Amino acid sequence: MSDIILETKGLTKHYGGVHALEDADFQLQRGEHVAIMGDNGAGKSTFVRQITGVEQRTRGEVIFDGQPVSFAGPLDAREAGIETVFQTLALADDLNVPDNLFLGREKTKFDWLGPFRLLDYKAMREDTMAGLVKTGVKIPNIKNTIANMSGGQRQCVAIARTATFASKLTIMDEPTAALGVQETAQVENIIRTLKSQGESLILVSHNMRQVFDLVDRIIVFRRGRIVANLNKEDTDGNDVVSYITGAKTGAEYEGAA
Amino acid sequence: MSDASEGTGGLTFDKSKRSWPNELNVFGALILIIVIFEILGAIFMQQSLLFDTRDRFDSIFNEARLRIIIIQVAIIGILALGVTQVIITAGIDLSSGSVVGATAMIAMSFAQVAEVNGAMNPKAIFGPSFLDLPVVIPVIVGLAVGTLAGFINGLLVAYARIPPFIATLGMMLFARGVAQWWSLGNPVSFPTEGYAKIGAGMMPVIIFLSLAVLFHFIMNYTVYGKHTYAIGSNEAAARMSGINVPRHLMLVYMIAGGLAGLAAVILTSKNLTAQSGMGLSYELEAIAMAVIGGVSLFGGRGSIIGTVIGALIIGVITSGFTFLRLGAFYQEMVLGMIIVGAVALDQWQQQRAAARA
Repeated sequence: MSDIILETKGLTKHYGGVHALEDADFQLQRGEHVAIMGDNGAGKSTFVRQITGVEQRTRGEVIFDGQPVSFAGPLDAREAGIETVFQTLALADDLNVPDNLFLGREKTKFDWLGPFRLLDYKAMREDTMAGLVKTGVKIPNIKNTIANMSGGQRQCVAIARTATFASKLTIMDEPTAALGVQETAQVENIIRTLKSQGESLILVSHNMRQVFDLVDRIIVFRRGRIVANLNKEDTDGNDVVSYITGAKTGAEYEGAA
Repeated sequence: MSDASEGTGGLTFDKSKRSWPNELNVFGALILIIVIFEILGAIFMQQSLLFDTRDRFDSIFNEARLRIIIIQVAIIGILALGVTQVIITAGIDLSSGSVVGATAMIAMSFAQVAEVNGAMNPKAIFGPSFLDLPVVIPVIVGLAVGTLAGFINGLLVAYARIPPFIATLGMMLFARGVAQWWSLGNPVSFPTEGYAKIGAGMMPVIIFLSLAVLFHFIMNYTVYGKHTYAIGSNEAAARMSGINVPRHLMLVYMIAGGLAGLAAVILTSKNLTAQSGMGLSYELEAIAMAVIGGVSLFGGRGSIIGTVIGALIIGVITSGFTFLRLGAFYQEMVLGMIIVGAVALDQWQQQRAAARA
């Protein structure tokens, strides 16, 4: 087992003439929490989309868990162990918490019945509870449908998938962008819990306080390029802002942007 | 999780957000409608709709009327079981009534006797080798024709990405055409004795209720049911979760078609004849049963139990108007209002739920 869970080499994405992502070299250690920051259109989401297979990269390499990978779609990525929490939540509103966690990978009995095989509700409920305990997510009643939940609870359900399925890497794309203060605090608590359990995380965020609270390292994107790779201890908010706005560029990235 | 009621970040268990099973509302509506008819009956007819008020004390209910109520909705109810599943996927099936018509003609052609009153069956569609066949053959033919229609609906909806309304509208016209073309408008009659037993007496009711129990189970306890709800609830999420959405939709439409084929077999057996106009506007009544029963046309919500209660509501209203000796036109006006009322109530509840969340 290598210590590096995810590595990209020269990852590039062009949309026609638009160079949305250019030569991104990135490494993530096992159990490390890294934030990706940058202005709108700096390439943060594009970078995430290339890793999770939502889009196909123009060139470059993605090495996940020691293996070069090329996911055909987000489903492939999920099967390999990358759980993504998207800004728009992929939850079925009319189903309850265990149903959503296990959607498409239900625990079943009597599998010879094909599509009519029976759902093992008990096992799924137990695993859901275990996953919720592990992440510290508190949902009043897991039999409630998603439609009856607040935005924060929905986000928590989406995040709880990670713990339930023992993924190797979690990617969160602005998980608290649409949440209130208390709900944001709840999601941040869960992220801390994931950290203490050694889960690797890429957090895309605009929130400086949140980033300094939660992660070990900050990667700054500007105009499609990585312009800084900063340890949290060696930097501060003003410093990061100057990288984001282009006032500064990391020594090793000179000439990049 | 003893502290499950305490959420971090100020989230607490709110009892008002607990979901109230929709079937209870529909059942309440059924009771309310019965009470209204009982009151009207007591005032205008000096009789009870459902209870036995005659001098005999050996029964509580007027069993004959109860039987009529359920038998008149049983066959369309079988269609409604399939239509319910289609609507839960956020689709619609307008073709079920016409598929009944086409399947009735085709299946009945394989169920005819050779001799009627000592002479050759005057209505025989095929030659002698297709007469007096064992009963299983027309039943299989009926199921196969219905399933084939559903298969085509499924292909159009799931793979050709034609909106379900248009795809099944096309099938509705096409299948009605097939029904008329099959014997050039002539009825197909004189089934074998075995075939005539399928829909005799209370058989339609027994079949309807057995299938309702079966599909209630399937929708609630199998992967098929879960994926059906998931697709109707959020198709993109279903696809992201790895559900093969087109293949699943195919299966749903095929089941709906197969149920229409079965309904045709029962209907022709009950009537001892098949006519090209059979099943006319059944699709709308089946949709009405589902909608009254709380199945949301936006998908994801509804249940087999709801649809069965919806069917009973339609049966009670139909019987109730006959009982009050009111014309059928009043009945249709009231049914129309109830359907719109049911959807309006559902919309209102949805908006209230959205406002709370």
